[in-house]
Amino acid sequence: MSYYLEFKNITKTFPGVKALDQISFGVKSGSIHGLVGENGAGKSTLLHTLSGALVPNQGEILIDNQSMNFSNTKDALDAGIAVIYQELNLVPDMTVAENLMIGNYPNKKGFVDHKELRRKAEAQIKMLMEDFDPKVKVKELSIAQKQMIEIGKALMQDAKIIAFDEPTSSLSDREIKHLFEIIEKLRNEGKAIIYVSHRMEEIFEICDTCTVFRDGKHIETFRKMEEVNHDLIVKKMVGRELNDIYGYEERVKGKEIFRIENIRGKGVKRNINLTVQEGEVVGIFGLVGAGRTELFKLLYGLENIEAGKIEVRGQEVSLNSPKESIRNKICLLPEDRKDEGIIGIRSVSENINVSSRRHHLKYNFFLDKKAEKETADKFINDLDIKTPSRNQLAVNLSGGNQQKVILSRWLSEDIDVFLMDEPTRGIDVGAKYEIYKIMYNLASEGKGILFISSDLPEVMGVSDRLVVMRSGEIIGILDREEFTEEKILSMALPVS
Amino acid sequence: MSDTTKSKIKYLYTNYSIILIFLIMFVLLSIFVPYFFTWRNMVGLALSVVTIGLIANTMMFALASGDFDLSVSSTVAFSGITAAVIINNTGNVGIGILVGVLAGGLVGLINGFSIAKLGLNALITTLATQMIFRGMAFIFSNGRAVGISQAGFFTLGNSMIFGIPTPIVIMVTFFVLFGILLNNTVFGKNTLAIGGNTKAAELAGINVDLTKIIIFTAQGFMAGFAGVILASRMTSGQPNAAQGLELDVISACVLGGVSLNGGIATMSGVVVGVLIMGMISNALNLLNVATFYQYVVRGSVLLIAIYLDILKQRSK
Repeated sequence: MSYYLEFKNITKTFPGVKALDQISFGVKSGSIHGLVGENGAGKSTLLHTLSGALVPNQGEILIDNQSMNFSNTKDALDAGIAVIYQELNLVPDMTVAENLMIGNYPNKKGFVDHKELRRKAEAQIKMLMEDFDPKVKVKELSIAQKQMIEIGKALMQDAKIIAFDEPTSSLSDREIKHLFEIIEKLRNEGKAIIYVSHRMEEIFEICDTCTVFRDGKHIETFRKMEEVNHDLIVKKMVGRELNDIYGYEERVKGKEIFRIENIRGKGVKRNINLTVQEGEVVGIFGLVGAGRTELFKLLYGLENIEAGKIEVRGQEVSLNSPKESIRNKICLLPEDRKDEGIIGIRSVSENINVSSRRHHLKYNFFLDKKAEKETADKFINDLDIKTPSRNQLAVNLSGGNQQKVILSRWLSEDIDVFLMDEPTRGIDVGAKYEIYKIMYNLASEGKGILFISSDLPEVMGVSDRLVVMRSGEIIGILDREEFTEEKILSMALPVS
Repeated sequence: MSDTTKSKIKYLYTNYSIILIFLIMFVLLSIFVPYFFTWRNMVGLALSVVTIGLIANTMMFALASGDFDLSVSSTVAFSGITAAVIINNTGNVGIGILVGVLAGGLVGLINGFSIAKLGLNALITTLATQMIFRGMAFIFSNGRAVGISQAGFFTLGNSMIFGIPTPIVIMVTFFVLFGILLNNTVFGKNTLAIGGNTKAAELAGINVDLTKIIIFTAQGFMAGFAGVILASRMTSGQPNAAQGLELDVISACVLGGVSLNGGIATMSGVVVGVLIMGMISNALNLLNVATFYQYVVRGSVLLIAIYLDILKQRSK
């Protein structure tokens, strides 16, 4: 065996979910190994075990045939492992040079040697083929440049294994090209590199070998990229034929339930006119910055509506706070489930009842605990929420089950219009399918659904109609028969 | 042992360990400290924690919502002085008590408004109002104790109901009321939700600003009421009263398992936390330990309690 880094039977469980199940594969020095899988497949969890941030329940990590036991991130750093996450770990108010050598300043008897610091930083910046001043504060750099600093930091610590977690998700084409040059340079210097991405083109462009994950399981490792193609990998990732994962069926449409006329506000500029009928799922697609989330913020009373008109079932409504929106039968599933959706340290039951408990108060003041228990149990059962009990803390549930908890919160209310912002992001494939089914069921019951997704196949597969937004404006609304990737993308991309 | 019994025991341990610690301490002190377990001493102990106990009710809500309130000590002094000055000037005990309590409510309203509406940091805001209203207490009293001439005022702090001093009865009543408020009302649950995740609570339709203003205003009223009772028991308003009280109250809450990050609080825990604080002082007094050492012991107990809490959270 000539693997420099090897995972052996790594298993990691969280309450209610097996995030990694007997993962085994190896990576050679001087090679780039791709990790692909859907969101929630376990790629990030694996990187966390590599970086020492999570300790696996079972299995071991071998480096150069030596078994390693990382109990914290420092152990992993000392073993020459650097993991470069999507959220960068830099101190924004410190300079480039300080960030590069953080924790390891050149010093003379405890006093920082500024000359040496600068010299080393300049050398490192040159190595990375960048040209910024080491005295610049990190917060003034672009994301791509920050990522370079993160790589530089890893090299300063003499990392032999470098893992990248979706490094291109917020980079431009030019920046991606530059990043790839650096990564290839690192490979040629003999580093073992793990490259996590869900962008297939990148995997084929840069990786020498690759492993596919699905639902926490190792599906297959391809040792030669020439032997595989795009469709095969996707099939392995998804686990079923692509065309049936959305399970779309035509529904009967009813009366108009929601109407927006020319509304305007922060990040939402012009031509915002749309209607939703009973039974309709209307997708909203656009690039980052197109104003989709901002539109939802207006519709949910989180930002000021400067002009325009909103009607629910033909009645004009004013929306100045989430509370008011809920009273007008509009609800939101926020994009950031963890920070804006669930209340992690409270129970599943409390998370479900947080809004609807007002409907069953005794003497208009005291909680009806029995009714709350019944509500919680009903939705845990109906939506098949995987939790040991209604008293489990919400933070311990998997992403898909947390999303179902938030859905239950609104299903237990009296809601007509569901605003769903990336409802399937970071959720494993099986749970995604369940979320779609819940959306279809809601629509069939005569609700209206507006849903944002950045996943083009998904938004095309699930929606009855599709709204395309670009720079704060609705560019067009397409019927299902008109959906083609080219058409949608050409509407969403900025005019150059 | 079956898995469910195991998890039940674990649940009891993680949620009620502080009560167990309290019971063990109580038994040990009763055995080893002379005069500790006597009716007289028990009443004395309860009386000694009335001020802390009353304010711990509302402090629990402030902490549970993820905020701090350092201003309560000054509010106690400010309200006591205000009540004393008003009683001396009007000769009317009722008006004195009312204005004293309202003065406390005003401090709370200022705190709540600054934190919720102006978006100021709670720690800094209440530190500022702590200074401001300590200053006001000195200004209103010219820096001296204000003796009260109306004997009727003293019944509030020094009378008995069914053989139990009135302040204790008031404290216990509030424990019950605030326990119900926390566990059985939307307001209590909303407070915990805000402390657990403010943004998520807002998106779930909770009026975060209003809830915070109510919490701080209630805290002000409660500190004001505690201040008036204290003045009644001391038969005077003292501008120096209750210095450092805010930390005792917060300590009692933390001992009782209230999370400083917000989102976690139980009334039973807070009651026990208050009693533990009182018990330690009481036992040390009975053992004739000098006050200086008492600070050291109380600080150490707090450190140990917080460490136990962290251990407990890690084991989850």
